[in-house]
Amino acid sequence: MTARLTPPVSDRDHAQGPAGAPVTLVEYGDFECPHCGRAYPMVKAIQRSMGKELRFVFRNFPLTSSHEHAEHAAEMAEAAGDRGKFWEMHDLLFEHQDALEDEHLLAYAATLGIDPPWAAAALEQGVFRERVREDVASGGRSGVNGTPTFYINGVRYDGLLHPTSLLEALARAAAPE
Amino acid sequence: MSPLLSAGTPAPDFTLPKSPDAKLRLADTRGHPVILAFYPADWSPVCGDELGVFNEVLPEFQRHRAELLGISVDSVWCHKAYASARKFDFMLLADFEPKGAVSRAYGAYRAQDGFSERALYVLDAAGVIRWSYLSPVGVNPGADGILAALEALK
Repeated sequence: MTARLTPPVSDRDHAQGPAGAPVTLVEYGDFECPHCGRAYPMVKAIQRSMGKELRFVFRNFPLTSSHEHAEHAAEMAEAAGDRGKFWEMHDLLFEHQDALEDEHLLAYAATLGIDPPWAAAALEQGVFRERVREDVASGGRSGVNGTPTFYINGVRYDGLLHPTSLLEALARAAAPE
Repeated sequence: MSPLLSAGTPAPDFTLPKSPDAKLRLADTRGHPVILAFYPADWSPVCGDELGVFNEVLPEFQRHRAELLGISVDSVWCHKAYASARKFDFMLLADFEPKGAVSRAYGAYRAQDGFSERALYVLDAAGVIRWSYLSPVGVNPGADGILAALEALK
């Protein structure tokens, strides 16, 4: 059973790197998940090493049953995305996984120049809840089996969560024989 | 390792405790699709991930009117504590006495280990098996196979 990214990457996604890059790496992640926290610097290093060869996409998959702050963290990332600051918020959240209470999320919003009352209202009213649920639904169809789950050019990566293994898989995708 | 029951087979009926004071009979769930998720044990990390993922994807299962039932050999009290700690919104059934009898009937019991396989079944509204999948015990299968099987019921 080969799990494939469903639906594929589109304009709707948050992406870093050129749309025409030979390799697209998609992560389904949870901002409170310790494994995702460990993957975060790995992905950064891979982005630095691959440069324009790589496009990186992040979709939300908060495991709300184990992580009580994950849903609001995901919604705050989407709120920031609405203000053009998705990646800045994504980085702040992964760099502060031990401080994800609502008050912290609002402080990060303020740091990024996002109006805190607006951000607070967005969380309270669940403005971005549906958007996060859409990501989760697509994760279900894509065969997400824990967080993080990665896809390389649309195919689930089932290898080790280790920089060498991941980089090798990406290099193979970049230069198919 | 015994083989799973295949598509087209009527799902063997069973009655298992769903809570300390109530039981569920499979035949009473007719009328909508049912997902049976056999798993090795409450609390073990891979199971936690698997059921945690399924819990997030529940709205997608419900879109197909499908009911998810988790089954392991853990007792009702263990299930109760586990479901409450993880805030699961679906039932966990206790295949506890006689131990593993339902798992065995579905070819999903590891006699050498004394716990259930990581096996998935999708039953249609008439209680007929339409899809089954055996995952390596240490690998979380994800929900894509279940969702594809539910799509195919239409």
